[in-house]
Amino acid sequence: MSETQVAAKPLPVVAFLKIPESGDPYLEGYKCENCGQVFLESHPSCAACRKRDTLKAYRLSNKGKLYNFTVVHRNFPGVEVPFISAIVDIDGGGTLKGNLVDIVPSPEALKFDMPVDVVFRDAGRKDREGNSYLAYFFTPAKA
Amino acid sequence: MTEVYVVGTDMIKFGRFPDRTVPQIGAQAALMALDDAGLTIDDMQALYCGNLGEAGAMVGQRVLREIGQTGIPVVNCANACATGATAFREGWAAIKAGIYDVVLAVGVEQMGRGLLGGGGGGAGIPTEGLLGSGTMPAVFAHVGMEHTRNYGTTFEQFAKVSVKNHHHSTLNPKAMYQVETPLQEVMGAEMISYPNTKLMCSVNVDGSAAAVLASETAARRLGLMNRAVRVRASAMTSDPYTPRNTVMPDFNAVTRMAAKAAYEMAGVGPEDVNLVELHDCFATAEIVHYENLGLCADGEGGRMIDSGETALGGRVPVNVSGGLLSKGHPLGATGIANIYEITTHLRGEAGKRQVEGARIGLTHVVGMGSACAIHVLEKV
Repeated sequence: MSETQVAAKPLPVVAFLKIPESGDPYLEGYKCENCGQVFLESHPSCAACRKRDTLKAYRLSNKGKLYNFTVVHRNFPGVEVPFISAIVDIDGGGTLKGNLVDIVPSPEALKFDMPVDVVFRDAGRKDREGNSYLAYFFTPAKA
Repeated sequence: MTEVYVVGTDMIKFGRFPDRTVPQIGAQAALMALDDAGLTIDDMQALYCGNLGEAGAMVGQRVLREIGQTGIPVVNCANACATGATAFREGWAAIKAGIYDVVLAVGVEQMGRGLLGGGGGGAGIPTEGLLGSGTMPAVFAHVGMEHTRNYGTTFEQFAKVSVKNHHHSTLNPKAMYQVETPLQEVMGAEMISYPNTKLMCSVNVDGSAAAVLASETAARRLGLMNRAVRVRASAMTSDPYTPRNTVMPDFNAVTRMAAKAAYEMAGVGPEDVNLVELHDCFATAEIVHYENLGLCADGEGGRMIDSGETALGGRVPVNVSGGLLSKGHPLGATGIANIYEITTHLRGEAGKRQVEGARIGLTHVVGMGSACAIHVLEKV
């Protein structure tokens, strides 16, 4: 068994988060050439239109709208609460779930369809080997 | 194809039984259902067993070690929260197909305490609380908030579901809890995931329920038609594609599809249904399922809970057992416990919580992932 080494750079928290050698991180899903539906993973057939071999890599926009939210007050030990679990419709296609940050975690502070940005920050958690991870978050859109 | 009847059914009082095994808990309901029918395990031609927690461990066969190893075929089913209903439906399908004419369906679960769901992750770190929440209270909070988004449904309206179902449970000696929870108490309870407070989350309990199903010929041969209840429809769906389903389970489309199929098979409409046991795993879920099951028009769910139409004595009482919120939700047992509840009303044997004159009842469960099962039962 080879010795584990701590990666020099942060690792992506999910496979659809891409960290290029140069330039900004981004999210890459798959879009069906036939029906236009966007997925976060590749599949042999499109789950929506059932056509085969139609999913092509697709870079998601960093802008979207808050479709749905809940303020989570109780979670597992070690998870900081409260936080906002948000469902965001990404402009141009795709839907993501993530934490909405940089805003008071209170239903009164949130509005359905408020514009948000997708931002990339350190996950604040490390794996057992000590690797750092880059995660995506939502923030209220800059004016 | 033959008609299929429930000729015996029962459930144990839900509770916490850490000193007992899953097969022991399942065997108890199995024997009670057999007793209810006046039959024995020797009369059963197959066993359909629903359990999630030990899905890889041959629970059905182990139930037979408790009550009699007759050598009948056993099918073990796991289908998230639709597990029990799936076992029941498999038994129904086998009788419909003419393979057997008397079978036993058992649902059983032994639960831990605390939050379900969450966990998981992409790479090497857990993503719960980092990429939103996958805990069940949060997932179903999102379900409720979608209704709020579309129709302005309020925290108070969701909370009223818990007030109602906890009240119903005070009339059900087999419910885990029999405690009134006034609106202020529900709304003032610990917030778990807005708008679901602790009293708006179903109770993790241990439990079991069972049903004996028979073809018309067998029910008549065995002299069991006088308390038999006809299964007028059994429908099951998996989640059809909807655009946000990849990150936000869509319990609406899967339920609507099953409801349409069930009503068509039964030849009845929602207006003909006298009582419903639906999947109130969280208070938010009950209101969306009023609409998904056609009990009211889209957007009317909030008004429906306000009006009292779904309380005992109302137009279409929902979850008079106390529901998952107060009776408890032993995942694999829930689907068959619903069958027990509706059957008991159609037999006129539900005591203080009896829905008077009930002729047609509907059961609904939906398991995340997703599976929806709906049964329409009719008084003979």
